[in-house]
Amino acid sequence: MAEIEIKNLKKTFGANKVLDGINLKIEKGQTCVIIGRSGCGKSVLLKHIEGILKPDDGHVFVNAKDISKLSSKELNTMRMKIGMVFQGGALFDSLTVGENVGFGLTENMRLGERELRERVEESLALVDLRGITELMPSALSGGMKKRVALARALCIKPEIILYDEPTTGVDPITADSINVLIRELQNKLKTTSVVVTHDMKSAYKVADKIAMLYQGKIIAEGSSMDIQNTRDPVVHQFINGLARGPITET
Amino acid sequence: MFKNFFESLGRKVLEGFEFVGGLANLVAQAFYWMFVPPFKKGRIFEQAKKAGIDSLLIVSALALFIGIIMALQTAYQMQRLGSEMYIASIVALSIVRELGPVITALVVAGRVGAAIAAEIGSMQVTEQIDALQVFAANPVKYLVVPRLLVLSLMLPLLTLYADILGILGGYLICVYKLGISGTMYMQITFDSLLYKDLFTGLLKTVFFGMLIAIVSCYEGFNVKGGAEGVGRATTRAVVGSFILIITADCFFTALFYFVFP
Ligand SMILES: Nc1ncnc2c1ncn2[C@@H]1O[C@H](COP(=O)(O)OP(=O)(O)OP(=O)(O)O)[C@@H](O)[C@H]1O
Ligand SMILES: [Mg+2]
Repeated sequence: MAEIEIKNLKKTFGANKVLDGINLKIEKGQTCVIIGRSGCGKSVLLKHIEGILKPDDGHVFVNAKDISKLSSKELNTMRMKIGMVFQGGALFDSLTVGENVGFGLTENMRLGERELRERVEESLALVDLRGITELMPSALSGGMKKRVALARALCIKPEIILYDEPTTGVDPITADSINVLIRELQNKLKTTSVVVTHDMKSAYKVADKIAMLYQGKIIAEGSSMDIQNTRDPVVHQFINGLARGPITET
Repeated sequence: MFKNFFESLGRKVLEGFEFVGGLANLVAQAFYWMFVPPFKKGRIFEQAKKAGIDSLLIVSALALFIGIIMALQTAYQMQRLGSEMYIASIVALSIVRELGPVITALVVAGRVGAAIAAEIGSMQVTEQIDALQVFAANPVKYLVVPRLLVLSLMLPLLTLYADILGILGGYLICVYKLGISGTMYMQITFDSLLYKDLFTGLLKTVFFGMLIAIVSCYEGFNVKGGAEGVGRATTRAVVGSFILIITADCFFTALFYFVFP
């Protein structure tokens, strides 16, 4: 079985049918990019993989285990293997940068003061941030917050990382270094990644596979090449960013 | 028109049930997680500091004023009857049994409860609550338990302090305005106060504290719709706490009236 396997996943909020039968497989060590318009349910999909949202119907398997059927203890163990970088960073604003980055470790493991500090600094160094462990998140720029959030996810050394728009709102150079980092983690640590993005440049750069979400379903799936050479008018319109085309509803 | 009225009435009743059900659920979860290790004292001290400092000044001022008001209002009646001696005991009893606990609870609901709802609400809209779960930290254990413990311990302490200041307010009026001797005032105060007055007064504040913590956390977790939603949740937390505190007070007063006659 693939590392992450999503079967017929459905989710509705009130009258808003967001996911309407998603099927997707992501192999170990693979980087899968999910593209789609704003509001189409990409973040909702990631939250199902993490087990924060429960499916109305269908299943999400991670390591062959159905996420929604785990006991809370098993779910916690599972979550320590899955890192998530939230769209807005979601840094805890009552904690310092250092405490934020080390949060997963202090909550779940007994590490010595020194070891903890080393792990935190090591993670921050991965995203090119140094000497800011004592700052509060409110003192950081948007791009820095994003990188701290990335460091926080890396600090628990997860096997799977879910990135929710990691390159939106950062400058092009930082964006590229994040792309490089995602690739490096994949090469060195065999990390499985799911990357949600609108940024097609970064999608082509990191993806082993691209999947497009549209009207609650995966309408196209394939390598960067396949997607670039698509004949599907909807996919074509999206990846080329055209105002005219079959996608009209806002 | 009547149909509309009944429809909206029905909706309100349903919302009420949902609210009470949600609170009960949160209480159950909080008590469960309270006894699941690990226990981190740091978080509790942090909350205690915040809650205490936030309310101390207002509680002091209000308790003192209430004492003064009570003394003056009672004096107005008692002077007609020529029995100023009773002012001390009436002030002491009303403050210790009723006004101290309720005023303190309302102040704490307004300050600390509102702050809790706003803090948790903004954590909710910025996905920090989800982030807690991602790092295998249970939001109820992490956020609700320390606040519940702190408020249910802090409120009796603050109330005791308010009682003392309230009685001091009465003392100031009686001694410096009405010419009753200080020793006499204190003598009557202590004579009229029984242990059960103090005990029932403080016991109910333990529950008021829990109510404030639970209602405020609940409203915070249930914020919908960004910053505006956080504002709404804050108001709802304060209004909800006020209503529940007065309702619970009515219940406790009746209960104590029959249990400790
Ligand atoms: N907890 C929730 N309760 C109710 N509705 C929700 C909730 N979470 C998401 N939605 C709705 O689900 C839809 C999809 O939201 P989602 O955040 O997944 O979009 P997205 O694809 O990530 O968009 P963006 O690219 O703008 O981040 C939206 O219409 C949103 O209003
Ligand atoms: Mg999103």
